[in-house]
Amino acid sequence: MPHIEVVGHQLAEALRRYSADYIEAHLEESQSSHITYRGRELESIGRTTVIGGNVRALVRGGWGFVSFNNLDELPGKVELAVKQAGLVSNGESELAAVEPVVDTVPAKIDKNPVAMPLTEKKQLLDEYNDIIWHTPKLQTSIIGYSDSHKKTIFLSSSGSYIEQERADINLRLTAVATEGNEVQQTGLSIGSRGDFKAITNRHQQVEQMSRHAVELLSAPQVKGGEYTVVLDPVLAGVFVHEAFGHLSESDFVYENDRLRQIMTLGKKFGSSELNIVDSAAVAGLRGSYKYDDEGVPATKSYLIREGRLVGRLHSRETAAKMKEKPTGNARAINYRYPPIVRMTNTYIEPRTASFEDIIGDIKEGIYAKNWYGGTTSMEMFTFSAGEAYMIRNGKIAEMLRPVVLTGNVFATLNNIDAIGNDLEMNQGGGCGKGGQAPLPVSNGSPHIRIRHCLIGGK
Amino acid sequence: MENILEQAKKVAEEAEVFMVSSEETPVQFEANRLKHIQNKRSSSVALRIVRQGKIGYATTTEMDDSQNLVNNAVETAQFGMTAKFELPSLTAYPRVEAYDPDVESVSLEKMIELGEKLITTVREHTPDILCEAEATKGVVSVRIINSRGGQANYRKSIFSLGIEGTLIRDTDMLFVGESESSCHPLLETKAVAEAVLQQLELAKNRASAPSQSLPVVFTPNGAASALILPLMAAFNGKTVLEGASPIGNRLGQPVFDKKLWLWDDPTVAYRPGSRPCDDEGIPSQRTPLIKQGTVANFLYDLQTAARAHTQSTGNGSRNRGGLPSPSPSAFVIAPGKTSFDEMVNDIKEGLVIEQLMGATQGNILGGDFSGNVLLGYKVESGKIVGRVKDTMVSGNIYQILKQITAIGSETKWVGGFLNTPPLYCPSVAVASK
Repeated sequence: MPHIEVVGHQLAEALRRYSADYIEAHLEESQSSHITYRGRELESIGRTTVIGGNVRALVRGGWGFVSFNNLDELPGKVELAVKQAGLVSNGESELAAVEPVVDTVPAKIDKNPVAMPLTEKKQLLDEYNDIIWHTPKLQTSIIGYSDSHKKTIFLSSSGSYIEQERADINLRLTAVATEGNEVQQTGLSIGSRGDFKAITNRHQQVEQMSRHAVELLSAPQVKGGEYTVVLDPVLAGVFVHEAFGHLSESDFVYENDRLRQIMTLGKKFGSSELNIVDSAAVAGLRGSYKYDDEGVPATKSYLIREGRLVGRLHSRETAAKMKEKPTGNARAINYRYPPIVRMTNTYIEPRTASFEDIIGDIKEGIYAKNWYGGTTSMEMFTFSAGEAYMIRNGKIAEMLRPVVLTGNVFATLNNIDAIGNDLEMNQGGGCGKGGQAPLPVSNGSPHIRIRHCLIGGK
Repeated sequence: MENILEQAKKVAEEAEVFMVSSEETPVQFEANRLKHIQNKRSSSVALRIVRQGKIGYATTTEMDDSQNLVNNAVETAQFGMTAKFELPSLTAYPRVEAYDPDVESVSLEKMIELGEKLITTVREHTPDILCEAEATKGVVSVRIINSRGGQANYRKSIFSLGIEGTLIRDTDMLFVGESESSCHPLLETKAVAEAVLQQLELAKNRASAPSQSLPVVFTPNGAASALILPLMAAFNGKTVLEGASPIGNRLGQPVFDKKLWLWDDPTVAYRPGSRPCDDEGIPSQRTPLIKQGTVANFLYDLQTAARAHTQSTGNGSRNRGGLPSPSPSAFVIAPGKTSFDEMVNDIKEGLVIEQLMGATQGNILGGDFSGNVLLGYKVESGKIVGRVKDTMVSGNIYQILKQITAIGSETKWVGGFLNTPPLYCPSVAVASK
């Protein structure tokens, strides 16, 4: 089969010949490897090669989309996408104007992680697994490692032709402890934009995580109810992603008049200390890139500045419909999906409070750290902490079973009354939306304090 | 495929080639309007080999690059797990109906009409609701061949219809939704639309729940969102083998309420989870998991079964294109004798849970769940009085399913992977603002 570069140049010529308001194509070539452990033994190891692509067409406001692995007979696929778009067409095509771009963006990594010998990857995982298994009372471990190296070509009927390369590494370690019928687990997620060194030298963290799983067996469960809660940077990052980030994605908002009223720019959402940013333009994080999957350059977008809503995330279509500037946030996890509005690297900007300042005057509260996961329904969010402690009289007290926090976004942002000085970005995990998961993103925050947060429990 | 197998046999003791190709056509509505028509075709081939006793694995979408595929599998086999299993030789398969040629011939125009009708019906009831809808048709073909002469091949059709509605009043949001799937075309929108209208009716008024333990009825959707994932993890033979399943050493013992019966069943005619064999070519079977509250079986693929000194239950699944691993096909819970209305009538003060958000982010292995009530209703003196919000429901499935007040008489399919009646539980922890 021909390389995607050859096919790309042929297709670029052809795209202009069809009668659609706009046509774009994505071609993709990727290699990946994975290693998983369940228990002592390596469970699965494999290599994957993928070639695929898609064509997306816009006709009078309607979209057609065709994805495929077979790169033969591309004109027929373009025709099908245009025909589907024609069936949908029921309005005006609106796309925010962007300059056509011709560019080549290399992966900028020293070493392609996929090409590294499997022995080297396995050795690191063996070391981590040994640490987990050396922990007394530990029942088993689950380790999932994956890496990928991907070359994509984006081309459009308006003349863009962008080749981008990126690499990604994701590692998730889970320790499971049991006693009688009790089962407890803890996890650690780390990742990087292709730099294998970023996941090495984590032995101490792995050891802590393993010990923690065992300690949880004898920890009490918190009584459900409202608490003052302090979140560590990892969990606060998940919170900003879940609770506010998804609400800033304009595809939820642009055709929803009531939500548009709620999300009016200038509206106050939190204290004047609160700044929330999404930026794919910061280099080297898992959500970083130069151009999004519509060929729009990445930007740094303030979503909340000094407590007020000042921006949101856009695709070309949502930007045009809301008469705002495109932000370069249209992303697809791979060629099987059309790009949709997504976050990149999302974080709360640091302020001045130290950790002691934040917990010092809490009589009874909860310190929640680390994460299992989180989800949102726009208005309501839930996220779960992997680690939790009571705070009593300004001091960290006894350990608790993992807690689930929930709340109303609008009330909760307003209830953030202290923001720390210790911003950290978390590179583990991934984001899911519209059936597209896991998308590489990062999120971060300093320590934050939230008043009146609802915790599930006994 | 045959040439991949031939090449692999030259360098390995055993080899198996698995090929899957699919075509899927979703027709999508956004903000009450037709927005997107897609056509997704994909094909990939996976090679599993046993070389010097160890398992090697590689996949590709490039059918004509068999040498690279074989090389990759050989490289990984140096590190792979020791193979304990034997691939199946030529086997007879049960007749499982999962393909209806009529699915492919449903026209795009007809699918558009279905979506429009769903949205129109819901908006006639509630004009200011914003709906997303989807009608999807698809066909999947699977073919497996191996070095012991085993071969399997089948086709499956899938049609699904779904709608989600959002109703916003000030900053209050209500989410309703329903979907249905089948291997037959679904050309009637009535059942899906009516379920949504009923949710809208029940959610019209607001009610508040106290922070205390309350009787709770989990509807089929509610059970799927809170209780089923921990069960699926616990009955997974791999979790059992690792000693991480709370019921792993309780085979033959009463763990659940006596009224509870559960099967894994890939043989129900025309259900999306059905197939004549699993992804390793092992014939499909209906496996009892809970019999009258007693743990009856766990689910296995070939390798896990061999390591656990038992037989595969035909549950080898290649989720996300990886090596086969035990996975349920469809969980089926037997109906009981009590109607949903009788359950509600029986409650003085309690909840009906239709959707619990984020319930299974916690310690799934231990059976814990804790989630925000995305859609749920308050029951007072035997009547649903309105929708509850800002409410968390938490518990442990082993405590909750140990004593069930009643199991519903009406079963429903949820998401193609679960068939269950409503479950009425006497006491579940509720926390609210």
